[in-house]
Amino acid sequence: MTLISAAEPGVYQAAEGTVQSGAWLLVALPALGAAILLVGGRKTDKWGHWLGVVMSWAAFVWGALLFFSLLGADAEERAIHLHLFTWIQAGTFQLDAGLLVDQLSIAFVLLVTFVGSLIHVYSVAYMEHDPDRRRFFAYLNLFVASMLLLVLADSYLLMFVGWEGVGLASYLLIGFWNHNPAYATAAKKAFIVNRVGDVGLSLAIMAMFAAFGSVSFTDVFANADSASENKLTVIGLLLLVGACGKSAQFPLQSWLGDAMAGPTPVSALIHAATMVTAGVYLVVRSGPVYIGAPDAQLVVVIVGAITLVYGAIVGCAKDDIKKALAASTMSQIGYMMLAAGLGPVGAAFAIFHLLTHGFFKAGMFLGAGSVMHGMNDSVNMRTFGRLSGVMKITWVTFGLGWLAIIGFPLLSGFWSKDKIIEAAFIGEGWRPWVFGLTAMLAAGITAFYMSRLFFMTFQGKEKRWNDDAHPHESPALMTVPMMILAIGSAFLGLALGVTNGLVHWLEPVTGAHGEEEPVLSVPVITGATLVLVAVGVALAWRMYWQASVPVTAPRGSLLTRAARHDLFQDDINEGLFMRPGQYLTRALVFVDNRGVDGAVRGLAALIGGLGGRLRLLQTGLVRSYAASMLAGVVILLGGMLAVRL
Amino acid sequence: MDFPWLTVIGAVPLAGSAVIAALPKALAPRARHVALGVSLVAFVLTVVAALQFDTARAGEIQLTELHSWIGEFGVSYALGVNGIGLVMVALSTVLVPVCVLAAWNEVDEEKARLFYGLIMVLEAMMVGVFAARDLFLFYVFFEAILIPVYFLIGAFGGNEQRRRYAAVKFLSYSLTGGLIMLVGVIALYHAGPGGEQGFLIDQLTGLQFSSPAAERLMFISLFIAFAIKAPIWPVHTWLPDAAAEAPAGVAVLLVGVLDKIGTFGMLTLCLPLFPGASKWAAPTILALAVVSVLYGALLAIGQTDLKRLIAYTSISHFGFIVLGIFAMTSTGQAGSTLYMVNHGFSTAALFLVAGMLIHRRGSADIDEYGGLQRTTPVLAAGFLLAGLSSLALPGMSSFVSEFMVLTGTFIKYPAVAALATLGIVLAALYILLTYQRMFTGPVKEYSNGWKDLSTREVLVVAPLVVVILFLGVYPKPVLDVINPAISTTMQQVGVTDPEPTVAVEGENK
Amino acid sequence: MNQIHWLYLSVLLFSIGAVTVLVRKNAIVVFMGVELMLNAANLAFVTFSRINGNIDGQVIALFVMLVAAAEVVVGLAIIFTIFRTRRSASVDDANLLKY
Repeated sequence: MTLISAAEPGVYQAAEGTVQSGAWLLVALPALGAAILLVGGRKTDKWGHWLGVVMSWAAFVWGALLFFSLLGADAEERAIHLHLFTWIQAGTFQLDAGLLVDQLSIAFVLLVTFVGSLIHVYSVAYMEHDPDRRRFFAYLNLFVASMLLLVLADSYLLMFVGWEGVGLASYLLIGFWNHNPAYATAAKKAFIVNRVGDVGLSLAIMAMFAAFGSVSFTDVFANADSASENKLTVIGLLLLVGACGKSAQFPLQSWLGDAMAGPTPVSALIHAATMVTAGVYLVVRSGPVYIGAPDAQLVVVIVGAITLVYGAIVGCAKDDIKKALAASTMSQIGYMMLAAGLGPVGAAFAIFHLLTHGFFKAGMFLGAGSVMHGMNDSVNMRTFGRLSGVMKITWVTFGLGWLAIIGFPLLSGFWSKDKIIEAAFIGEGWRPWVFGLTAMLAAGITAFYMSRLFFMTFQGKEKRWNDDAHPHESPALMTVPMMILAIGSAFLGLALGVTNGLVHWLEPVTGAHGEEEPVLSVPVITGATLVLVAVGVALAWRMYWQASVPVTAPRGSLLTRAARHDLFQDDINEGLFMRPGQYLTRALVFVDNRGVDGAVRGLAALIGGLGGRLRLLQTGLVRSYAASMLAGVVILLGGMLAVRL
Repeated sequence: MDFPWLTVIGAVPLAGSAVIAALPKALAPRARHVALGVSLVAFVLTVVAALQFDTARAGEIQLTELHSWIGEFGVSYALGVNGIGLVMVALSTVLVPVCVLAAWNEVDEEKARLFYGLIMVLEAMMVGVFAARDLFLFYVFFEAILIPVYFLIGAFGGNEQRRRYAAVKFLSYSLTGGLIMLVGVIALYHAGPGGEQGFLIDQLTGLQFSSPAAERLMFISLFIAFAIKAPIWPVHTWLPDAAAEAPAGVAVLLVGVLDKIGTFGMLTLCLPLFPGASKWAAPTILALAVVSVLYGALLAIGQTDLKRLIAYTSISHFGFIVLGIFAMTSTGQAGSTLYMVNHGFSTAALFLVAGMLIHRRGSADIDEYGGLQRTTPVLAAGFLLAGLSSLALPGMSSFVSEFMVLTGTFIKYPAVAALATLGIVLAALYILLTYQRMFTGPVKEYSNGWKDLSTREVLVVAPLVVVILFLGVYPKPVLDVINPAISTTMQQVGVTDPEPTVAVEGENK
Repeated sequence: MNQIHWLYLSVLLFSIGAVTVLVRKNAIVVFMGVELMLNAANLAFVTFSRINGNIDGQVIALFVMLVAAAEVVVGLAIIFTIFRTRRSASVDDANLLKY
């Protein structure tokens, strides 16, 4: 292995003929799968879904091999760079397409390919009766390829390709059933809101190029400390805009709830486990930029905190099981964002929570899909209740996910979320108190709304479903992935957290931090959090298990109604952007027709009118023509004589 | 002097048009076969010529030909291309066979000879205008090209009254621009060295003008012509009419290639001939370009006619191209040149798919469609791919060029670039809204019995999609040809790229 | 004899011709007026030729005569055609080129 950059001594060139030099296969395999399925068309209908599954697992196997090869290397040599080809070159702009396999990206690779492959398997059964199942798998493969490109890219611009690729896959999958107009609108909304974020990300990339003359991670991070704080703050904030779009963070969060229009496996994979966490990846990856821009970091933390609370509040009021889970996702990503904004103190925990969240949230979404599968695709939790008896596997696996997310001791969420809350309490002045307490309080709300969801669906006083629903357990192709994810939800946190293994693993990327102490002692934080969680669960137990749940939602308090309405986010967007935009468009169309084009047409009409008048001089009388000729000659001659005189 | 490649590339379609015109009436349906064959020959010749082109010296004019034409007036028959000209000639000869194939069944048999004959004449003119190295010759082609286009719109478009209106509007706009340009061309000749080869562009480059005002006036006269051609806000209103009324294949050539004459002229004539005036006018033009970007996109959102919509998206895209040219950075200008190529392909794909839709439905009104994704999935996929390319999705070729344009602008004018970047949101809106209105939703009755794309139609769209994807992943072959030409232009104008600011800060520390 | 008088004659002839063209309606008469003007011009040309002592004017006069002869042929043909179709030789009736 040879050193390629003196600036960042930890990056090595991949050696020929090793697993590492084939890292491009990670992207290429699922991309190939997608291409075959899309180009092959109906001919591949019979076996297409299995091809998708195989390609996804193949990527996982390769990722695992890569991981072990990294594991075998020394800690300083775990960042492998793979140069592919010269991509864009013009004037001073030089950019090679290359992959960067390091501790952070390999963690994502494993999460994406493993959870992704499980969801592929699940979808084989879930989409069995859909005539377009092949197309669905093509899109899923496309998503996996793009997501891997996103996390493996060695430059911001190449990452942006993956970034938009997952956006496209998300668009296609949300709108998979686009014969339903509402679903088509949801898909479009997701893409547009993401595009707003992309403006930020694009500008950030441009600003980086203007500042550093390069947009590769290596060059940007190597020079970040010599850039002025202003510059870094601007770049950091622009990156955050991009991250907000993709990760459904405040104020660009409005699309995620609607995105649940997609088939449930999509919600599990894209809108819970992987794609929506890309924003967190971006912020963590850009750590060196944020370290030099404390103001931008603060904004990241604030955005995370707002979304954390926002999602939690919305989650408390939703009756649609998928939308409640979506709100929860938003809220959990708020946790990650908050942690990522804290810098080296929290970044590793952000990734930790991201991984555990990937497991338990995907598991719960698959569980929700299983419930829908048994309940004629109904998503209204008010018509569920006491499903524990008829769907045992779903109940248990979902239950493990539920316990994990609320931070039940020793399960995954406990390890990762608690660490974030602790990290939020680190610092000086007002910040640790505000952010720490927010994070802690939100843990309580999380416990409440997740318990509400769980009790309304699986427990409760009575069953509320109609007689025409015949809830039944799903086939093994669906339950096995759920079980595997449930095991992950239970023990992943323990495996990665108990020795701080993941945190040490990520240290070369996220930066090491000293032994900063939280403003409260750790046992106090853990204790207080657990108490809040217990309160949340108890409250939910009393309201949704002990008491009977009305099938039609009661009107509720002002806050409930607001939360049910997503705190009026759509109305605000509509009032601020959509309607003025529509008026502007209409006005401009009018102006273009009447004003810009009208001016030209007016000129044409003027000339035409003038011609019409002058035409009348042509009387057709030969003698008058002759007279005018004579008069003209006389005037001309007279004029010439006059001038000579 | 070597083999006259460029003359031959232009002469082949011209000869083809003569053959088509001479076809007896009984053989009229064969006109399309002749046209396809001839345009393919021209394409192959272009490929061979491109192989003769020395990429390492792409900044210089190559494949040159020089003959005296009207010596008394200093007019020569001079052809030659640098990297920029070569890609434009290639773009023209690639798109013509595609358009011929696209129009295969859409022209009446009686009129087929006229249609394909005019298309062939048009191709010859396009090659000529991109290859001309004599300003007067350029002007001749610039004006002569109006003739075939005028008849193609006026005789083959949609509704008779509206297509005539559109054709006349196109002609009056273009002629106005052309005549204003003629004044500048003649003035420039008098400012130059004169003599038998006084109109050669090489002779007119790097002149010392008697006064800045004179230079500016000449610049403006040329720029107005190119701005109308491109078109730039506020002289854009002819394009939506012309593009909406022209048959799809003609609209492709009109928007995909002909309009590029405007931006091509700005880059290869305005800048090198009038470096001082270009720098003087750059801020104003950048403002116009940004207005075009946003205005075109907003208007596209408000359209109800599919072809008008595509025309307005092109106005937005031309804003980007002009932005990159007048940002005066090599990244921006190389991006603009690449944008011209990419826009040619993505707009061609959009117009052609739109043409297939309109051919089936018999209407260009977006609201008359809906639910087509279920009935004709391949057609829907074609439209979506073309649309995604138009909204510059990364992975598609247009992303590379749009990003280069924006970055090239950003390093000199961050605020301008930031405003133009808003265009990408609007682009997503106009494409996805249209896709939603036309292809999603419940299946409607009108589309019962619709056939998905035929083999011929797939053959039309597939090459474009392949090129779009290939250049998105690997634009190097084209950029390698463009870059040296751009650095020559940058030298002629006398501008350099700004250094990365952090490096500068580091030196000052 | 002072050659200027030939010019006066020429002016007189031209004026008579012009007035004929302007006031008469009959196409044949108008035509004659035109011929008169042409010949007035010829007279002037020849006179100038004598005054200047070269033959340019005479050459041109010959040309004019030639053109006038040709013109008579075409003009009379037109007049006859109009007369045949409209039964009138009045120039005022031949106003088809009116706006």
